[in-house]
Amino acid sequence: MEFDWAFAWSVLPELLRASQATIFITVAAFACASVGGLAVLALRSSRRRIVAVPTAWIVDFIRSTPLLLQVFFVYYILPGYGLTLGPVQAGIATLAVHYSCYMSEAYRSALAAVPHGQWEAAQALGLKRMQVLRKVIWPQMCPVVVPVGGSLMIYMFKDTPVLAAVTVREVLQTASRIGADNFRYLEPVTIVGVLFLAMSLLAAWATRRLERRFAFAARKP
Amino acid sequence: MTQLWDTRWVLLAATGATARIFLYSAVLALALSFVAGVARSASPRWVRWAALVYGELFRGVSLVVQLFWLFFVLPLLGVTLSPQSAAILGLGLCFGAYGAESVRVALAAVPAGQLQAAQALGLSRRQAFFKVELPQALPVMLPPLGNLMVMALKATSVTAMITVPELTFTANALTANLGASAAVFAYVGLAYYAMAKLVLWISRGLERRVRIVGRSDAGGQGGQGHGI
Repeated sequence: MEFDWAFAWSVLPELLRASQATIFITVAAFACASVGGLAVLALRSSRRRIVAVPTAWIVDFIRSTPLLLQVFFVYYILPGYGLTLGPVQAGIATLAVHYSCYMSEAYRSALAAVPHGQWEAAQALGLKRMQVLRKVIWPQMCPVVVPVGGSLMIYMFKDTPVLAAVTVREVLQTASRIGADNFRYLEPVTIVGVLFLAMSLLAAWATRRLERRFAFAARKP
Repeated sequence: MTQLWDTRWVLLAATGATARIFLYSAVLALALSFVAGVARSASPRWVRWAALVYGELFRGVSLVVQLFWLFFVLPLLGVTLSPQSAAILGLGLCFGAYGAESVRVALAAVPAGQLQAAQALGLSRRQAFFKVELPQALPVMLPPLGNLMVMALKATSVTAMITVPELTFTANALTANLGASAAVFAYVGLAYYAMAKLVLWISRGLERRVRIVGRSDAGGQGGQGHGI
């Protein structure tokens, strides 16, 4: 079978439109996971053991089981318990919860990297707790959080095709539908591969640039 | 609960399928990581380039897309693979590319003076690699490779999308045929959890064995998941 350039060209616009859905899902889910990760970290570092210990168990369980299984769980099992979500909502919610657990880990290691003296010095200068966090601790966490968060976002981006399993119309689902309609899988699936490669390389490059910027910002007095 | 009991043999067979696919693809992935990781510092330029292209290609493209390509596109080009073979090949190629990066970084972390000293002592290039470089790189590469194997285990679930009858596929098929059962999902989740802990436990055991005595920095960070 030869690669049919004319056919590839004709399906490209539809695939590009579908990849917008992939990007939208990634951005939405990652935004939720960035906030969710902080929430998970807050629960895990709670002084009440009844909160902290079960949270740690749940995080460990979510990180040790596959995303696809969790997507099926949210989409097929949760409606039985009164929570019915559409495919896209279920997909974004699962990605957000799954990656919140990973983000909390990133935040935690970033927080651990900030020397304790920084807290004491900031408090000695009379800063309030929230001020200390926002003006002293957070800028020093950034050089650690940005590279890890960036690579997590690339991982999430590459995980979105998993949502095709619950009929989310993202780029891979579109490609396999085009393939089934025209009996030609070669072009659409290959194009999806090339799109992913291009976007991953672009995202990796952007992360490296951001990293440099934050590393510099942290070093400035 | 009754559904879980009624389908116990199907679920056990699926657990076996997941374990088997994981084992085969883990062996393939580790072999590829080693070859491609070492090739990144090989002397012929084309070998270095081939390893670089392999790594960027298989890390850049989503695993699901790779599996779709192997399963739906490759037959059109004249190579037909069973779902299981496509799954093992796809997982092996993808995680080999990630593992190669860990191997490369670990080898690069060995101080250059070590190799020069080995040469000064009259060791051949091969001896220097196996007796000097590798023993020092191994403790550095094992933790990320262990985490990678946990990720590979979880990624076997994605092969459900190319109809491999493993755990996730079975959970989905049982839901479609017999209705949703939280007990079945609980079993499948716990099975993955147990296997992930087992992989991690083996990896930590190996790490302890290769740890260099008197060097506390060897071994890197613990934890699992996206630490690569």
